[in-house]
Amino acid sequence: METASAPPAKPALLQSVLALPLPQSYLNFVGHQIFRLLQTMQGVGAFALITLGVTLTKFNASWRVIHPLIRAQIDRAGVRLLPGIVLLGLALGLVIVGQTVSLLQKVGAEQYAGTVMVTVLIRELGPLATALVVLARVGTAIVIELGLSRAQGEVEALEALGIDPVHYLVMPRVIGLAAAIFSLTVYLILVAVVSGYLFVFLQDVPLLPGDYFNQIARALAWEDFALLGLKTATFGAIIATVTCYQGLAQRLRLEEVSDATTRAVAQSVAGCVLADALFILVYLFM
Amino acid sequence: MAKPQDNPSVPPLIELVGASIASAQEPDVALVEGVDWRLMPGDFWAVGGLHWTGKSDWLTTVAGLQRTAAGTHHLFGREATSLTQTELVAERLRVGLVFENGGRLFTQMTVEENVSLPLRYHRNCPQGEARETVATVLELAGLREFAGQNAGQLNRGWRQRVALARALVLQPEVLLLDNPLAGLDPRQTRWWLDTLAALNAGHPAFVGRPLTLVATTDDLRPWQERARQFALLQGRRWLSLGGRAELAASAEPALHEFMTA
Repeated sequence: METASAPPAKPALLQSVLALPLPQSYLNFVGHQIFRLLQTMQGVGAFALITLGVTLTKFNASWRVIHPLIRAQIDRAGVRLLPGIVLLGLALGLVIVGQTVSLLQKVGAEQYAGTVMVTVLIRELGPLATALVVLARVGTAIVIELGLSRAQGEVEALEALGIDPVHYLVMPRVIGLAAAIFSLTVYLILVAVVSGYLFVFLQDVPLLPGDYFNQIARALAWEDFALLGLKTATFGAIIATVTCYQGLAQRLRLEEVSDATTRAVAQSVAGCVLADALFILVYLFM
Repeated sequence: MAKPQDNPSVPPLIELVGASIASAQEPDVALVEGVDWRLMPGDFWAVGGLHWTGKSDWLTTVAGLQRTAAGTHHLFGREATSLTQTELVAERLRVGLVFENGGRLFTQMTVEENVSLPLRYHRNCPQGEARETVATVLELAGLREFAGQNAGQLNRGWRQRVALARALVLQPEVLLLDNPLAGLDPRQTRWWLDTLAALNAGHPAFVGRPLTLVATTDDLRPWQERARQFALLQGRRWLSLGGRAELAASAEPALHEFMTA
């Protein structure tokens, strides 16, 4: 005789998940995400405009206090990262520049070496790689230190002392990171170009140093210098604005600081990639 | 000689009329309603309130850091809501504020850097020029030996003193203190009460100019013999209790909790 057996009991976790209300539709979910994205863009945009306004109107205000802070940020995001950037430049030179030139030589297209170098290294890889290094090393630290400052009420203390937190905390970081990323990118490119030739030389590619550097110089236009400066400064401003926004815009509890840091990294990368895409359009029309 | 607070022709330094105090965390929530209060030159107010009655929010509103949810707020005769940001900052500099729980110092800076920061920022002077003024307030706060020490290394009582020195360095006309005696031992408590009384009477560091004081507290007893005006924040209400004599004679039931152990 068959006996009616009860269905096996579902695990407690599964039961609790099944008990959750289902989303009304995927459209709701997508709409919610888009709304959040727009809110973030609005918040960061407003914060960027406030920072720009403060930078233009108060750059020289209280300069004896503020300018040393700018120098400290340049030291922190620029000078102290120089060894790392030199190492990255050496690696990029050996892996990308050296191999590309070597390959072009094999297919008889060595006359394009300079063009490839300028396009890949100077216009694209150098600024973006430097920005990502600065974001990882300094951008994350900015979110944490400002988030903790806000959580401990130091920002309210600044306001009580009549000190503008954007002037004192944000402006030096924006200027410092913009200047640091520009300088580090220049060093990265120089090191990569030199180490690239080292690789070429070690591989016995018949390319004289004069020819190698002439090709690069011929492929460079004056716009490349201007756009390199503009692009790297933009990356610095984006990273500093987003990380400061995530640290300062809302009062964080200590346990929320790590989430804010993750958000800041994701938004900074997205911002830099978007800005890079806009610069590609500029290069296309050049 | 008539005191300024007794003279109707002397304008109040700060005035709240029918004011509602909003919470800093939730600006839509009114913690205290219907506050009518005038701060006259030379006053020494002790404002009692239990935890979560809105003492800190009331104090930051009085300082002009927060807007009132309703009613009017006059800072040195000017309506706070009508001031531009620059004007508001200028008026706020006439008010010193000492936060509670260690005074919200910049913990990565030394004591001297903490105290000199507002002076150097507003006067755009190098550290050397600020040193003399900073030394005077550090001396007043008994902090001279800690000048080079990192503020984060001090215990809460000493940090609170650094916050006092930082609030005094710009020579304000009004000093607001948020629960300054919380968590202090009897010796530190006595020091604070004596120092505040001396500041209110006209300390030599302020060339004898009396400083107007407002302190919030969760225990009114230590202030009975020092403060001259008393008030309570109780059940979203502002209760003005009057002077020492009125405090002693008050039959206000809410006061009982603050005056008995």
